[in-house]
This record gives sequence, C-alpha cells and structure tokens, in this order.
Amino acid sequence: MLKLSNVNSFYGEVQVLKDLSLQINQGEIVTLIGANAAGKSTMLSCISRTVKSFTGEITFEDHRIDGLRPDQVVDHGLIQVPEGRLLFPKLTVRENLELGAYSKRSRNNRKERLEYVYGLLPKMKERSNQMAGSLSGGEAQMCAIGRGLMADPKLLMLDEPSLGLAPIIVLEIMELIKNIRKEGMTILLVEQNVRQSLKLADRAYVIENGRILMEGNGKELLDSNEVKKAYLGI
Amino acid sequence: MEQILQVFISGILSGGIYALASVGLALIFGVVGLVNFAHGEYLMLAMYIAYWIFNIVGLDPYQSLLINLVVMAAIGYITFKVIMERVLDSDHSIQMLLTLALSMVLQNLALMFFKADYRNIRIDMTNDIMNIGFITLNTPRVLAFIIAIGASVLLYLFLQKTFTGAAMRAISQNGKAAQLMGINIKSIYCLAFVIGTTLVGLAGLLISPIYPAFPTVGASFSTLAFIVVVLGGLSSVPGAIIGGLFIGVIESFAGYFAGPAYQQAAYFLLFILVLIFKPNGLFGRS
Repeated sequence: MLKLSNVNSFYGEVQVLKDLSLQINQGEIVTLIGANAAGKSTMLSCISRTVKSFTGEITFEDHRIDGLRPDQVVDHGLIQVPEGRLLFPKLTVRENLELGAYSKRSRNNRKERLEYVYGLLPKMKERSNQMAGSLSGGEAQMCAIGRGLMADPKLLMLDEPSLGLAPIIVLEIMELIKNIRKEGMTILLVEQNVRQSLKLADRAYVIENGRILMEGNGKELLDSNEVKKAYLGI
Repeated sequence: MEQILQVFISGILSGGIYALASVGLALIFGVVGLVNFAHGEYLMLAMYIAYWIFNIVGLDPYQSLLINLVVMAAIGYITFKVIMERVLDSDHSIQMLLTLALSMVLQNLALMFFKADYRNIRIDMTNDIMNIGFITLNTPRVLAFIIAIGASVLLYLFLQKTFTGAAMRAISQNGKAAQLMGINIKSIYCLAFVIGTTLVGLAGLLISPIYPAFPTVGASFSTLAFIVVVLGGLSSVPGAIIGGLFIGVIESFAGYFAGPAYQQAAYFLLFILVLIFKPNGLFGRS
C-alpha cells in the first residue's frame, strides 16, 4: 500500500534518513520504533510532504506521492496525526475535529464522520464546545486521533501518541488504536513506547540513525536480544 | 455636555473607518504572517479608482462600489501571485523590505501618473448633514461608518462561522497542523490577502467623498492601521475593530480639547503607553 524506496533526507548538513526503505501492506498495523532523533518523525514528514527536500521514491497505492503538496497527500487518504498532537488551541474541539475533514475526500461527509468519531470517542462529544487548548494530555491525544479519523484515512500514521502521557492513559490510547485497527484500518505507528507498541503490531521496523536496523513481526522483535538490550533495558 | 457627545460620536464615526482600514492588516498578519507596509497604498489606489470613475464615467463612489471592490480584489490577487508568493518562506526582514519597497513604488507610480494634486470628489451628498436630536452629522461619514462596521463584522462572522474561516483561524494557530488537515495553505494565504486588500480598498472608497486623494494618502492610514492593529493584539480582527473605534474617539477628543495639531500626538502617546504597560496590546493575550 505504502512503499518507501531509498529515501534520503538532510537537515542542513546532517543526513537524517539514510537509504531508508520500508513497506506497509493493506490492513496491517506496522510499528516503527527507535530512539529519539533516529529519524522517525522526519520519515513521516517526508511522507506527508511537510519536509520538502529529500531524495528517493514514495508510492501510495501505486501513485508516486513524493512530488505532491501536503494537501494532495491528504486527498489520497494518507493521514498523519503529528507528534505533540498539534491541535488548534483556540478552536473548539468540534472545530478541530471538523477541520480534520477539510480535504476533498471527506468534506461532504463531515456530519457522518463527526458522528462516527463521537461514537468512538464519547468524551470528545462531551467536550465539543470546549477550547482544544484546555484539554488534558490524554484528551488532547484522543482529539488529535479523532481529527485524523475525520479525514476518512486509508492509512493512518500516528506519531508518538503515547508521548508525555501517564501509563494508565497510554493503555487507554493503545486500546483505542486496537479498536480502530479492528475496523480494518491500516496503521503506521511510530513509538518510543517499545513494549506496548510491539505487542500491538503485526510487523515492526527498528530504526537507528536514519537506517532500518531490523524488521520482523512484533513478537519476534519483542523476543530479540538486540531489542531487549537496546530498548527494553533487559 | 452636548458638545462632548457630539465630539464622541464624531470620533466613533472616524473610528469605524479606521477599524475597516485595519482589519485587513490584522487578517493578513494573522493568517499569512506577513507585515504589509503597503497596506495603506491599497486605500490610496481605491480612492483614485473612485476618483477616475467619477470623473470619466460619472458614477459616484457608491454607484461604483462593486466595480471598485472587484478591481481591488484583482489587484490584491495579482500582488499576491506575482510578488508575495515568492517570499512566503523568507525571513521576516526580507518580507518587510519587500512590502516597504512596494509601498514606495506604488506611491511614486501614483505621483508619476496622477501628479501630487489633491483630488476631491464633490458629490451632492458631500455636504449633506443629518440632525439626530441636537447632534449634527455629516451624511457621507454616517454612511461610511455603517458600511465600514458592517463589512468588519461580516469579516468576523466569516472567520467564526464558515469552514473556510475556521481554516484561516487554524492556519494562524498552527500552519503545519493545518497542512496535515489537507488545507492548501497557499490558496488560503491568497484568499486572506485578497480579502485584506479589498477591505482597505473599501475604506478608501468610503472616505473618497469627504477626503482628497493624493499619492501619499495611504501612508498616514498605514501608520494608523499599524497602531490600531498593535492595540488590538496584532492578529485579532475584533481587537482591530475595537482598537479602530478607540483611536477614533481619542483623536476626536484630542482635537477638541487640545487642538487639531495634537490629534496624532495623542494617539501616538497612547500607543507608547500601551506598549509600555500592555505590550501585547489592549486585547491581546500573552
């Protein structure tokens, strides 16, 4: 469904991504794990086209998307829920959600999408007239995921959804991702919370210094000595 | 007492125009992030358009309102596409130099083509007055006030109630996130710029029956608009509306109590005081 071939990206003089290739198939939940500054968010920015300069090829459903504008990528159904939520703080929760459906693909189904998201996240319905800036961390993350779902994604890319959340809230978010997955959504999950995200994943990639270090199914990687040593501290 | 009220209302009437001249500047700054020093020059252009249509075709500014707005929107669109679009990602200092240069170019083009003469539009209504109780009001100023406040409020409603308006507010809060929503930010930037120039053009048109057009007429309004926008909290449209009315009243009272020479000094003084004590503007949040 999504395929990256030999993607290189530079931030000034520093090469952030080095010949990175990976693939995500329809219906899968794939996790990308790696330490801080390994290039995870940069990779998502390359896919969403918010990073302008990189080389390599990115295809989505057999369309080349590496020459598109960010809004055109969204039109294809490739949706990113960014790191740090990036909600619009002075807009209400409802306005935030509705803007998630701004693109052509879901603009006209705004109402149905909103009903769907409210069904999935009843708390967002309660909070709908509140400013997004006043939400707690967990609620803000839910709002951000809900906003992503408003776009009717074909592939949902979640960047560090557990960042800065209390452990119990992390479990809640993981549960939510599991539910979304059950409905057949293809998901790319970028995480630092290695154990939780590997449990959830069909397949996983380990990224280090901008390179793919390992690839395997979630269980394999959880059991592998390298991952245990490097990320789980066992 | 009656005189005080008269002075106050006179100030409010001017303030409405100041508000309209400023909301576009606030919008362009808030959404596009562009400090447009050429803002007042669009007011000057609209005044000349009104003047020439009146002299050549014989339509008074109110009759030529629609044509004028369309031409101003087109000028705004061309400016954005030809000039502004190239510096969207550039440094603030580069953007400022560019808009400052644009302002000088437009002023001097006007000087070259239209000469430095003051050009007045004298229509029947120019000296009309209306009496409300003991208060005497100049009809074109009342009309200008009503249309100006109406247009400013319409802009506010557009931002609050429409989907495109929500997209504009979203961009001003987080441009990256807005892109991830599938908002084509360049086209929204363009729309904001066009709305901004059209509205300041409307302000120019509304004052054209009572105020002469000359090449540097925009400059004084630019300064004024900047003060209003800073008072209102930079990117806030309602802030700019209230800020405009406020400046109008201050100016009016300063003229009455201290003499016309002190009008500008009064609002500059106020401006400095606000910057010292409330640097985020009267209505801005930190």
